Amino acid sequence: MEYSLLDIFLSVLILFGGIFTFIGSLGLVRLRDFYSRLHGPTKATTLGVGSLLIASVIHFSTQETGLSLHELLITLFLFITAPVSAHLLSKAAIHLRVRSVAKLPAIIEETERSD
Amino acid sequence: MLNPANLLELAILIGQGLVTAALALTLWRLLSGPEKPDRILALDTLYVNAIALLVLIGIQRNSSLYFEAALLIAMMGFVGTVALCKYLLRGDIIE
Repeated sequence: MEYSLLDIFLSVLILFGGIFTFIGSLGLVRLRDFYSRLHGPTKATTLGVGSLLIASVIHFSTQETGLSLHELLITLFLFITAPVSAHLLSKAAIHLRVRSVAKLPAIIEETERSD
Repeated sequence: MLNPANLLELAILIGQGLVTAALALTLWRLLSGPEKPDRILALDTLYVNAIALLVLIGIQRNSSLYFEAALLIAMMGFVGTVALCKYLLRGDIIE
């Protein structure tokens, strides 16, 4: 059985993207507190969806219709918005005083106790 | 059934399985998340995974229609996440 080099490359990219998306959600379920859970899915966004979209660009560019770059719009949009939403989420969590597994600095712990 | 004569189709099927499993795990976190930000984070991850699934279906069906849906989800999902976080932070969305 003979596979073309393009098919092998696309398959590797798709598998890589799928595995990273899965690992991101696994981290969302398995990690212990909110602040570490925040870290899992951002990798799924950049690496997982990123490589899937690169695979899509290569696949549609090698069809008869010619170069197709509009998938890069989604990549660009996700890469811009992912840090913004992560920052807002962590700000909201700090505002609500969500528990963390990390110990607070001594000075903050004192003021929290006197509250 | 699976047809391993076409490597790309097999890879797409495996990728779709992985992304679907990721969607299920995220849904579990959305339903059980102990804190409010956990649920918002799960919603955020849910839409990113939905984009991944739509891109895979687009490659499988060889159609660029799915791309439009993925772009819409990317834009609307971000606005939704920001609105929910703003609501938690300020108690109001548009002040």
